[in-house]
Amino acid sequence: MELNFTGTDICAINGTRSAPEAHYNTVVVGAGPSGIAAAIDAAKAGLRVLLVDENPVSGALMGNDVPLYFGGRMTAATQNTERMLEAIFMSMPALETAMDAGVELLLGTTAWGVYRNGPGVASLPEQVVGLADAERSWIVGFDNIILATGGRDLAMAFPGWNQPGVMGAAALQMLLTRYEAFAGRRVLIIGSHDLALETALLAKERGIDVVGLVEVRAAPQGRSELITKVEAAGIALYCGQTIASAKGGIDGVESATLSSGAEIACDTICVAIGLIPSIELVDAMHGERALNAQRGGYIPQGEATVSAVGDCAGLTDTGFDHIAYRMEWMRALSSVSADDTIICQCEEVTRADLIGVQPPNYLTRPAPMCARSLETLLDDGPANPDQIKRLTRAGMGVCQGRRCRDQVAMLLAIEADKPFGTIPLASHRAPVRPLPLKILAEWDEPAALDAAWDVWFGIPTQWVPVEDLNTPYQDEHREMLYTGMYK
Amino acid sequence: MSGSEVVIVGGGVTGLSAGWWLARSGVKVTVLDKFIVGWEASGRNGGGASHYASPLFDEEQRLWPQMDELLGYPTEHQKGRILIAMTERQWEQYRFIAERHKRLNHPVELLDVKQVQEAVPLAGDNCFGGVHYKFGGHANPQRSVQAYAWALQDLGGKIIQHSPVTGFETAGGKVTAVKTANATYGCDSVVVAAGPQIPQLMAQLGVNVPLAAARAEMIITEPAPMMPLGGVDGHKIYGRQTMRGNLAYGGGPHEWLDMDATGPAARPSTPLARNLAKRLAELLPKAAHLNVIRSWAGVIENSPDGRPIIDRLTSPDNVVVASMSSVGFGLSPASGHAIRDLVIDGKCSFADIDILKLSRFDNLESDWREKRGWMPIT
Ligand SMILES: Cc1cc2nc3c(=O)[nH]c(=O)nc-3n(C[C@H](O)[C@H](O)[C@H](O)COP(=O)(O)OP(=O)(O)OC[C@H]3O[C@@H](n4cnc5c(N)ncnc54)[C@H](O)[C@@H]3O)c2cc1C
Repeated sequence: MELNFTGTDICAINGTRSAPEAHYNTVVVGAGPSGIAAAIDAAKAGLRVLLVDENPVSGALMGNDVPLYFGGRMTAATQNTERMLEAIFMSMPALETAMDAGVELLLGTTAWGVYRNGPGVASLPEQVVGLADAERSWIVGFDNIILATGGRDLAMAFPGWNQPGVMGAAALQMLLTRYEAFAGRRVLIIGSHDLALETALLAKERGIDVVGLVEVRAAPQGRSELITKVEAAGIALYCGQTIASAKGGIDGVESATLSSGAEIACDTICVAIGLIPSIELVDAMHGERALNAQRGGYIPQGEATVSAVGDCAGLTDTGFDHIAYRMEWMRALSSVSADDTIICQCEEVTRADLIGVQPPNYLTRPAPMCARSLETLLDDGPANPDQIKRLTRAGMGVCQGRRCRDQVAMLLAIEADKPFGTIPLASHRAPVRPLPLKILAEWDEPAALDAAWDVWFGIPTQWVPVEDLNTPYQDEHREMLYTGMYK
Repeated sequence: MSGSEVVIVGGGVTGLSAGWWLARSGVKVTVLDKFIVGWEASGRNGGGASHYASPLFDEEQRLWPQMDELLGYPTEHQKGRILIAMTERQWEQYRFIAERHKRLNHPVELLDVKQVQEAVPLAGDNCFGGVHYKFGGHANPQRSVQAYAWALQDLGGKIIQHSPVTGFETAGGKVTAVKTANATYGCDSVVVAAGPQIPQLMAQLGVNVPLAAARAEMIITEPAPMMPLGGVDGHKIYGRQTMRGNLAYGGGPHEWLDMDATGPAARPSTPLARNLAKRLAELLPKAAHLNVIRSWAGVIENSPDGRPIIDRLTSPDNVVVASMSSVGFGLSPASGHAIRDLVIDGKCSFADIDILKLSRFDNLESDWREKRGWMPIT
């Protein structure tokens, strides 16, 4: 091949991407109270505003704990999208107000990725957000994006947590208030800070039997007026204890055993230890974020065109150290559960295999492999959950670590004897929600993109067998398999 | 040369395999990486191992089936590949490729639609047919990286992570030491296997290595039931079914990048995931309902003819440079062997690799990238 030539690389991405379907001044992701308020403000300022919310999500997605940790405790009513749409509208009158203010509203629409030019990419036509509903995906451009994605429950592993009926507090609140589709009757709540207390009171108010709160510390943790209300409601408080295991049958949880040995009958164990700001989109766009122990975890730092509101921007600072509290729970839970407790539900990775840095069960473990562990890996450098994920698969499943990424970081912090904040979190990547190939696909892609498409770089000499170099076969190869400048 | 010290710059598959081969020969090796082993292309690629275009092909094919045993750690290597045609034009091209393989005595078989579906149950009856390569295969890049690293350590080699190499010390026409911010590593020989950072590092030794860096993307789905044949290419995408069942696929347009000595600041993926999803849903229609759970990107370098550069320099004469030119994962068992030979014996023992010499670019114009449009978007 002549090495010195002039041409253009027809297989480069340059200028081949499709344009966004629409452009908005402001896109707001999440139609909770703060997202709605932000959208209304923007619309009143005369901006073109799109407000999207993934709810109602399909029953199938809910089964995968998307977007919240539903633990399989939703009623069959969630299969009926029309009815769920109506339930959400009824429960949130502010949505009506937003539409009256000129906000374009899309429910059942998920924002699965935010993309912008920056280090490593300059080929995007503008900054865009990827959207998808039950039918298709598309992208829209924006001047500003406001993330109002709320908070997600910190899941915590204990023996038996991987069965229906173990769920999170935000998920329970969502099922009670927005979907009106909670399938449980007797709930045991884990934790006693504000989230746990508020959830207990809400559940009680909705006629659910709240059988107690379990608190690892010696006394209940939340605001005193909430504690008083919970006590007044006759809800038992089990302090200085953890949950040791959950037993169940075919329909999931039937009882919980506490570290004291007490067994409590319940069909739902609601883990209410902490809310984590939902920053999947921030992480997937390499956005700035910083750990704030008083505000529930890593929170977006805000950038010129990206901002966060509501729980996504951090929980209200009450002076409570959420990280210290979670670490205390993690230590206690680990001390009462066996090493073979599953940490990553999707990939069924046990704590022993996570800490042992052992491969999944479909691989054999030769002697040198068994001799490896987190301890030997730490000789090479600080613990990195993405590296450990590659080896153990913890966090590599369908939920992409939404249930285990914080737990993994906490366990690594404990094992490495380092503060939580020194252990990075495993990365999130778009799509931040599972999306079927046929939905994600850009079916009507531009012809220019198809024309630029080659299986690899489109450099003909890259794949000519050495035997054929400088023979007529080389030309035949180029003639058959390549187009454009290389011909 | 037992007992001598070889410092390897770059803990991707190329540097790690070279280190492992050297350690097997009793050489003391130290691998320096700017971050964690395999963090760049070596842990982000398609895992394909069927490089019939390379002089290292035979050695690649000989070694892969033995690698788990040789290394002592699993690589998830699986043998065989299939190329499925989704258009008439592709079918014509793939049959041409099949003929070529037959001529070169690489075992291939043409498959009709039914046979394709037997081997690849996720394929539809809308394909035109397939070519079954009874050679080549695929492995898990991330597991392979760590397997090389651990195997090297088991033989007494050292891996020092989080240590970007900043320069070299030279004396008497040789590199005598490799420098990082915190330490200097004395050496008898150096291997520079730093991927896209090779040009910047080699420039410090006064050697021009023409390479252009680019970004390429992949997507992965949730697990599907295991198929008899997991190395499924075609329809202008490449990929594999992992041993867990996930479908990992890449292909399509690349984006040329500027590169500085510190390496990529980010490896962003883009909405190209949608176009990969389209092609994968067409190639494997019975997988169209499967969830995509992740996308990612990696940065790789290419030489002007797209072929690797594996060469021992004449000056300084104790330096081996190794860029795999974007096709380096599968070749890694063999590239490491070749590098070992060049370091110890000055010559590759198992193949004629003159075609990979750096000197083939001696007459390259200095503005070759600009002229052919291998330039970043401004
Ligand atoms: C999306 C994608 C798909 C691919 N698919 C395939 C495939 O199917 N089959 C195949 O064979 N190949 C494939 N490739 C190509 C393959 O990944 C690379 O060719 C191969 O990994 C190169 O390995 P390497 O060790 O030479 O370089 P790299 O993996 O780039 O490693 C270089 C290492 O050097 C380190 N380094 C750089 N500068 C310094 C410094 N100053 N000091 C210290 N360390 C430094 C880096 O941190 C890095 O770890 C693909 C690549 C991509 C991105």
